[in-house]
Amino acid sequence: MKSLEELRKLRKESLDRVDMRRSGNGTRIVVGMATCGISAGARSVMMALVEEAKKRNLQDVTITQTGCIGACRLEPMFEVYRQGEEKVTYVHMDAEKSRKVIADHVVNGNVVSEYTIGAYEK
Amino acid sequence: MELYRSHILVCAGTGCVSSASLEIEKRFQELIEQNDLSKEAKVVKTGCFGLCEAGPIVIVYPEGAFYSQIKVEDVDRIVAEHLVKGRIVTELLYKESHADGVIQSVNEVGFYKKQERVALRNCGVINPEVIEEYIAYDGYEALGKVLTEMTPEEVIQVVKDSGLRGRGGGGFPTGLKWEFTAKAESDQKYVACNADEGDPGAFMDRSVLEGDPHVIVEAMTIAGYAVGANKGYVYVRAEYPIAVQRLQIAIDQAKDMGLLGENIFGTGFNFDMEIRLGAGAFVCGEETALIKSIEGKRGMPIPRPPFPAVKGIFDKPTLLNNVETYANIPQIFLRGPEWFSSIGTEKSKGTKIFALAGKINNTGLLEIPMGTTLREAIYDVGGGIPKGKAFKAVQTGGPSGGCIPAEHIDTPIDYDNLIELGSMMGSGGMIVMDEDNCMVDIARFFLDFTVEESCGKCTPCRDGTKRMLEMLDKISEGKGTMEDLAKLETLAKTIKSASLCGLGQTAPNPVLSTLKYFKDEYEAHVNDKKCPAGTCQALLEYKVIDDKCKKCGICAPKCPVDCISGTKGKTVYHIDTEKCIKCNACLEACPFNAIVKG
Repeated sequence: MKSLEELRKLRKESLDRVDMRRSGNGTRIVVGMATCGISAGARSVMMALVEEAKKRNLQDVTITQTGCIGACRLEPMFEVYRQGEEKVTYVHMDAEKSRKVIADHVVNGNVVSEYTIGAYEK
Repeated sequence: MELYRSHILVCAGTGCVSSASLEIEKRFQELIEQNDLSKEAKVVKTGCFGLCEAGPIVIVYPEGAFYSQIKVEDVDRIVAEHLVKGRIVTELLYKESHADGVIQSVNEVGFYKKQERVALRNCGVINPEVIEEYIAYDGYEALGKVLTEMTPEEVIQVVKDSGLRGRGGGGFPTGLKWEFTAKAESDQKYVACNADEGDPGAFMDRSVLEGDPHVIVEAMTIAGYAVGANKGYVYVRAEYPIAVQRLQIAIDQAKDMGLLGENIFGTGFNFDMEIRLGAGAFVCGEETALIKSIEGKRGMPIPRPPFPAVKGIFDKPTLLNNVETYANIPQIFLRGPEWFSSIGTEKSKGTKIFALAGKINNTGLLEIPMGTTLREAIYDVGGGIPKGKAFKAVQTGGPSGGCIPAEHIDTPIDYDNLIELGSMMGSGGMIVMDEDNCMVDIARFFLDFTVEESCGKCTPCRDGTKRMLEMLDKISEGKGTMEDLAKLETLAKTIKSASLCGLGQTAPNPVLSTLKYFKDEYEAHVNDKKCPAGTCQALLEYKVIDDKCKKCGICAPKCPVDCISGTKGKTVYHIDTEKCIKCNACLEACPFNAIVKG
């Protein structure tokens, strides 16, 4: 290690190795992964979310699964929780739409309304 | 960059490893591979989480689900239910963590709630064999700051301001020790770490070394800079193979990365370190004996002055501190000495790690702020005494400490309070005793240990402790007299004031403190030839309760000395107490609980 700057750079890169082991206040994405979800294809949605977050080097994003959210006919679904915002429920998702949600909602803060449950119900 | 959606932390401290945690880790890897989760879930081996009672421990993030007493067979369920389907397996959770149906994360559980983990902050959180994880949590930042922004005098001032005192047992102000060593003039100086941890039942230092070895590397380098030393020795007892292995890996990794060795951070400061193994001698935890051992000689203490800070290893000025003392150093530099001195009491700053053992529900390691009361430590964090038994005493400080009875249980823990009560902080061992423990037997047990470990150099310790042990043996066999008790006390006080080193000076403590607080138990042994707690075998009398005896005759043939008389089906059986050797065989054999001891 030639300098303190070098150490600090390594720290930044290493932080994502351990990031989630401390409780964070960032974004939480919860994917419905009960039988309904899995059979509708939630696993590829989950993978797409993880890959996209990885690609974009996102900090403080937790992607986790949950059981049946309730609206089984709308699976694959996931919900996005952010501090100070109301939760947003995305329905009928696929890998491509998930990547758009990461880009628009998680990174830029713009909810992708046409994918939400509100838009569907109309 | 790697991003996983789940981290599975498997404890790989010695306790859990001996309960197959490495097989558990392997099974997780296998199943994750099989279920195609390798890009999503990461398995991490960590150091000791502290709650050893609940081991083997597995913690799954991001939920913080605290799985306890896991067997290899359980891994299949955890992977299938929790990792694949997101359903936490409640039956495998640590019971307290889901008491009301709400699943708590590990940090909220009673055992951890009152703890403040400073020295143990990385244990159970990082993989100790991966330097990048240590760096991620601010590792080596303190060293960088110290080497590039501070002078040695400023470094010493920070340690002094923090109020840190030696955590090995002596409680000597650390900053002052660093200052003495810095002031000593010499062409060569050394920094050393006491990782001998000889107290039976103590494993604080072991957990730090197994779970966060880099903190020692970093802290010793900082110390070297402060006192003007460029070489460090870590003296680890050979009975800690995992700690030795992980520490060596840490040293090698730090060297590879230029965080140890020549020209660290390009500042021109050189520091190198190596491990020296102990060989099973308790006395080598004493600083001067330790130094002799590092030099390759028999570990025997020498009179002080001169202190190691002036004349230590190979007669050069040496800074010797305990593992836990070092473990606090980087944090003091990162968060500031004011932060450290804001924790604890006026004269005892910061936190202390205790190894809780004995008659307690939550055996394991706890790190609590100084000033926490014994009651809080034992009941709130420790979970109280099992089977609802009454608390009798707590022994602090290992074989050098004393027993503190129930009337003092609300004492805030700090160096001075414990000494005032006739005990000491020591390295942090805390052994809890209940109504079934005999205090005479406890004193005898600790003395047995110190007699074996005496190096033999000075008469008070070599001969004095042996004579004390003989007297205690006599008393627990019912052959003691009141005169013996008086002699025991005088002898103990003499040994305390006349011994050459800490081993002899503190060996009488268990005897003196039990004589002070539990005199009645000693007198019962001497005058009534009875052991009130029912432990001292020689004083127990086995007898048959006539009303309960069914004359079945099962007991008599079990007796190895043929001291039970009676006729099957006709007369009640009777034990001849003169011949009885108190082997317990008859009591265990009787199907009607008609034989009792007391």
